Amino acid sequence: MGINWFKYSSPQAFHPLAGRMIPWFSVTALALIGVGLYIGFFVAPTDATQGDAYRIIFVHVPAAWMSMFLYVIMAAWAGLGLGLNARPSFMMAQAIAPTGAMFTFLALLTGAMWGKPTWGAWWVWDARLTSELILLFQYIGIILLRASIDDLRRADRASAVLALVGVVNVPIIYFSVKWWNTLHQGASVSMTASPKMATTMVTAMLVMTVGFWMYSFAVTLARMRCVILDRERQPSWGKHSSTQEAAEAR
Amino acid sequence: MQWGSASEFFAMGGYGLYVWVSFGATALCMAWEVLAVWRRHASAVAESRDAS
Repeated sequence: MGINWFKYSSPQAFHPLAGRMIPWFSVTALALIGVGLYIGFFVAPTDATQGDAYRIIFVHVPAAWMSMFLYVIMAAWAGLGLGLNARPSFMMAQAIAPTGAMFTFLALLTGAMWGKPTWGAWWVWDARLTSELILLFQYIGIILLRASIDDLRRADRASAVLALVGVVNVPIIYFSVKWWNTLHQGASVSMTASPKMATTMVTAMLVMTVGFWMYSFAVTLARMRCVILDRERQPSWGKHSSTQEAAEAR
Repeated sequence: MQWGSASEFFAMGGYGLYVWVSFGATALCMAWEVLAVWRRHASAVAESRDAS
């Protein structure tokens, strides 16, 4: 065991470590998104049936995937926090939520932009669209619940429980196109079948997705640093917390 | 390369509005989020400096 991982689990050690990692994730994200956009707009051909409107999938699909990935990761940190009573885990969950909410909003918005010219409607109450809208409400609910509780420990626990309970919606979103007869099309890429699109289209989508991953790492690490600094100032937590107050009380 | 000219590229085969709103909104949201986190960090650093 050469590396002492516990060293990095303390917020004081995490802050500078994250500071060194953020530029690398940012540069990788920019490069991948640049390459993805180039392939998506200049290499991938025009779709025979959907024309150029299909190019929206190069942001829509990565954003929709990220909305689900980030929810699962957020719920996993929340669960870890509840199980181990580990504050840094709760803080990671807190740092991920706004980015997840943003990608959920973008998935819905770009979906509407695709739906209008292709289906003739901005919105339909289809199982896939409705469950994704519920995911947005879940993210907002988790953020608002945390913000509404002043006691940090209770805010951590309450929002973690809400995040964990809500994880049941993620498989519902994913499998909605199979379980119900939806207007939304089935999965474009699956682990078991060969892709139903041209290779360049799949490549552009996957490169964009990895770029969005790198963006998410960079921005959540940066937000984690803010959360650490904010909490260090809180009198109920950090360096000046319980031990010192308990000593003064005695 | 399927685009004959720049205007053809921006027209996106008649779907320009939908395509550019999608990509534009995504770019704006990401840029806004980066800026917001940046400013939040700067003010958090400034406040923790004041406090200590």
